[in-house]
Amino acid sequence: MAAKNIFISGVGGQGTILAGKVITTVLVNLGYDVKMSEVHEMAQRGGSVITQIRYGDKVYSPLIEKGKADVLLAFEKLEAVRYVEYLAPKGILIVNDLEMSPASVLIGKEEYPADIVERLKEKIENTIVVDAVGIAKECGEIRSQNMVLVGVLAKVMGWPKDALISVIRDVVPEKYVDVNIMAFERGWDMGVI
Amino acid sequence: MKKAFLTGNEAIARGAYEFGVSFASAYPGTPSTEILENIAKYPEIYAEWAPNEKVALEAAAGASMAGARAIVSMKHVGLNVAADPLFTLAYTGVNGGLIIVTADDPGMHSSQNEQDNRNFAPFAKIPMLEPSDSQESKDLIGEALKISEMFDTPVLFRTTTRVSHSRSVVLLGERSSFGMKPYFKNPGKFAMIPGFARKRRINLKERLKALEDFSEQFPYNKVEWGKNSEIGIITSGISYQYVKEVFGDEVSVLKLTMTFPLPKKLIAAFAEKVKELYVVEELDPYLENQIRAMGFKVRGKELIPEIGELTPEILREKLKGEKQNNNFGLFAQLPSRPPVLCPGCPHRGVFYVLKKMKAVVTSDIGCYSLGVLPPLESIDSILCMGASISMGHGFKKAFEVNGEDVTVITVIGDSTFLHSGITSLMDAVYNRSNTINIIVDNSITAMTGHQHHPGTGYNAKGEPAPAVSLEAICRAIGVEKVVVVDSYDLKAVEDAVKEAMKYRNGPSVIIARRACALLKGKGPKGIYAVNKEKCRKCKICLRLGCPAIQVKGDGLFISPLSCVGCAVCAQVCPFGAIEKAGDD
Ligand SMILES: Cc1ncc(C[n+]2csc(CCOP(=O)(O)OP(=O)(O)O)c2C)c(N)n1
Ligand code: SF4
Ligand code: SF4
Repeated sequence: MAAKNIFISGVGGQGTILAGKVITTVLVNLGYDVKMSEVHEMAQRGGSVITQIRYGDKVYSPLIEKGKADVLLAFEKLEAVRYVEYLAPKGILIVNDLEMSPASVLIGKEEYPADIVERLKEKIENTIVVDAVGIAKECGEIRSQNMVLVGVLAKVMGWPKDALISVIRDVVPEKYVDVNIMAFERGWDMGVI
Repeated sequence: MKKAFLTGNEAIARGAYEFGVSFASAYPGTPSTEILENIAKYPEIYAEWAPNEKVALEAAAGASMAGARAIVSMKHVGLNVAADPLFTLAYTGVNGGLIIVTADDPGMHSSQNEQDNRNFAPFAKIPMLEPSDSQESKDLIGEALKISEMFDTPVLFRTTTRVSHSRSVVLLGERSSFGMKPYFKNPGKFAMIPGFARKRRINLKERLKALEDFSEQFPYNKVEWGKNSEIGIITSGISYQYVKEVFGDEVSVLKLTMTFPLPKKLIAAFAEKVKELYVVEELDPYLENQIRAMGFKVRGKELIPEIGELTPEILREKLKGEKQNNNFGLFAQLPSRPPVLCPGCPHRGVFYVLKKMKAVVTSDIGCYSLGVLPPLESIDSILCMGASISMGHGFKKAFEVNGEDVTVITVIGDSTFLHSGITSLMDAVYNRSNTINIIVDNSITAMTGHQHHPGTGYNAKGEPAPAVSLEAICRAIGVEKVVVVDSYDLKAVEDAVKEAMKYRNGPSVIIARRACALLKGKGPKGIYAVNKEKCRKCKICLRLGCPAIQVKGDGLFISPLSCVGCAVCAQVCPFGAIEKAGDD
């Protein structure tokens, strides 16, 4: 199998790292060759963060090339646009319908681009918009937004559901396992293009 | 065999475990930090944070001479600090195997410069290995220790961000016991006075010759013939992965792992078999220059940039002429999202105060370096760790010589002060510098992810440890005026600075103390909110740059999700409009 590429973007503190961990653990368990690269700049929170995951029979580069991501999984709208050039022409965009303003916008120096979701949908045929925060809240824990998004991704990629659930059980603290699995299942149901 | 999915750094730590390392020392620095953090998890290995890289290397050198297998790790600039012991260690050689890991940061993800530490190997005359993924990171630790002991030399182990911080599958082994080698007193080898060093210098030359022969046979230096032997590419480290990614087996590849000394015969044989020879490497033309000096026509940096990180798409574009550019015609300009000081960061208020002073502010490296950016913008210079105090001293003296009375304030973190600020402060004391030196003491090495240091009261394994006192050090080296203030108390900070400005009897020290807001259980408590009735929308609070304070519509708003209740904004609001709104 030729390598598949999953590009995850988000904002520091959103749980992208745990999402990457769940996904790659599943892929390694499934017997794939897997590589993952993460950049989380300095300790401070609130910066842009990305995780790149590649898997297949044999993977060389840990970095995804521009225009080659099969999926761009964006935990925030602006971070979807920022990395959209990584998406393959027929790639799938999964975008969290969440607006987190960077500092320059918060203090009124720059503007948060309007209509991001509409414009993304217009340009990218395969776009799935997810209100992961809303769903996570319904599940009882806002921080499980990452598992909602992992659920959508897993369904889209056709990964075995049981494999994911068992890994979530392993890596999430005991107390939060049920909420996270519920969040994952809700995401799974949305993974249709 | 058990499989694990490890970063390069975790794999290096695993290698240290499996191949019998029993002593590890390091000073944190991206992208090397997690090596020691992971080694510290193995009870079989003694692991410590040293106050700086020079100390770390010297400690590891001692352990190696005593007969232990030892490893020391640092970021690229850390090796500059450790360069002094390094160059002479090449003369003494080792007893137990000794590895020096240097993790370079092409592209400066989290560094003040970009340097190619491969150059250190020929300069210091020690062998060098470069892993290209996590499996190699682990396995080559074993090879490096063997080489170190076989040839009586320290070994440079060079990674880059994408090796250190990328994960790939690793097959795990068990820990083998190598035991301690016996120690015999041998000053002719270990005590480098000129008479002994001259002999060791000759030994070093012979050693390098033997290592050159070894490099020819080293199985990790290998040719992968492709479908096409017209085009040959010589590469090493992460660049190898990019070459394979872009070319697969279309071309022939000479993958070098021991990149000093180079296997010249292997390179020559490869070069002679191919029609066109390329070198693909990140940063400096390190391999290219040596191959060219061997007399081969080779193309490298004329095509591949020597600045910044290499990526597979750069290779595709420069060597294959394929360019991928598709932003789907979306927004051309986007607001950037740089890292910012956290809500409640204790450094924020200090810089807010400094911005109001007419002073030259020489700063240092750490989270507080962000005080250089808007809206705080109160820093004049940042150079290297420890430089704040000594540069401030130089500024002050130069102004004085010219008859100018300029206030010079230096800002340094607690970890950085212990790393290399103490000797700088001694210089200011000894040479009577009227500088004001602020130690922003958040009681941790925050920037690199919260590591302990000699002042925190805990060691690398998380056990309680003696804590050195910053104020006692300052007094002991002769600073007469040392005051401690709460970083959250803006008035106290401001008063201390103004008071220090009047003091003309040598350097003064202000220790602005408050734990990093991210430290569990040590952060502030409560939530603040803007009282709409009292707020006159002057926006002075925005000058703090706290990400919790936001403009909403035409008013101001504090996000209860982000605010941690440090109360600094409440102190800057001239109308008392920011009030405590909760305890949690
Ligand atoms: C020689 C060298 N070693 C390591 C580093 C990486 N580094 C940058 S700042 C820093 C320490 C920061 O700690 P501190 O001074 O306490 O400031 P804080 O980040 O906690 O505010 C480290 C280890 C470096 N830049 N240079
Ligand atoms: S990690 Fe700590 S020291 Fe660094 S910006 Fe955040 S609060 Fe400040
Ligand atoms: S109290 Fe003010 S400055 Fe402190 S974290 Fe809350 S909003 Fe930010």
